[in-house]
Amino acid sequence: MTDALIAETITITADNGDEVQAYSARALDEAPRGGVVVIHHLPGYDDETKEIARTFAYHGYNAVVPNLYWRQAPGAAPDDAAAAVRAQGGIPDEQLVTDVAGAAAYLKGLPNSNGKVGTIGYCSGGRHSFLAAVSLDLDAAVDCYGAFVTGEIREDFPLKVTTLVDRTPNLSCPLLGLFGAEDKYPSPEHVAELEEALKAAGKTYEFHSYPDAGHAFFSVNRPAYRVEAANDGWARIFDFYGRYI
Amino acid sequence: MCTYITEKVAISGSAKGTSGWMSVSDCSVYLDHPQHAPFGHTLNIDFLAPELGPSGRVAVELSQESARALVKAVQAVLDAAPPGLE
Repeated sequence: MTDALIAETITITADNGDEVQAYSARALDEAPRGGVVVIHHLPGYDDETKEIARTFAYHGYNAVVPNLYWRQAPGAAPDDAAAAVRAQGGIPDEQLVTDVAGAAAYLKGLPNSNGKVGTIGYCSGGRHSFLAAVSLDLDAAVDCYGAFVTGEIREDFPLKVTTLVDRTPNLSCPLLGLFGAEDKYPSPEHVAELEEALKAAGKTYEFHSYPDAGHAFFSVNRPAYRVEAANDGWARIFDFYGRYI
Repeated sequence: MCTYITEKVAISGSAKGTSGWMSVSDCSVYLDHPQHAPFGHTLNIDFLAPELGPSGRVAVELSQESARALVKAVQAVLDAAPPGLE
């Protein structure tokens, strides 16, 4: 039994065969454990998201962060890559799904994997986590304030995506949703719409909305950080993953 | 939220980045989460040299209030310039 961990940049193979950069943080203990695909937010494959992966490893999970912008900006600084991808209207949903599938396969292939994998994503990554869970066979998914899962997207909106609520019946795993009650995207109404869809589809889910918190309350390096919401949110995440992966 | 609200404009000039001066031909103006500025959303301007790839970029992230002040200042300076300057 050891609490040692390793964190390093690696290359994973997406489900479509593409080689993609990723950041892996994993426990060295040989006992079987679950894996977490950490999906970064719009600002990119940044230091703070890598810190989240290390936090999961510290808590005994294997974690991996695929660099979702690798194809569009290989080798670029994360902020420059994010700007380039943003200017293109984001990444295609199909690309996200194949990258998460590759990341999940990587985690399941680790010697100390228990064969279970969950996803977690923040901001745009929250939508991506839900997208992965309605597209792939997963064991748990966490959506942290992901916008545009429900609601409406104006035709002139530069981000070329659709809402996902119609795909709720395809959700393959339990869903944990963590939201800020003061957020506008997703608003409490958007969250309620998703909850209704989950109920209608008979899915297992847990939602928590925090008062006095808005968007990005987990972001420790941003003014939106809300310590009470973030601390409780982390506890909910570990409780959730403890039961499902 | 990630707004993705963006205006793109063709420009002609130079900008100084981490590797020195570069000719810039494109500019993205957008309101979204900053990378560094201590605000939830900022008015961001990227001056771009596309031929240099994603790193061909000089970026600023401004509070919305200061961005509006900057617009006025730029306009005022241009308006005050003697006619005929090239």
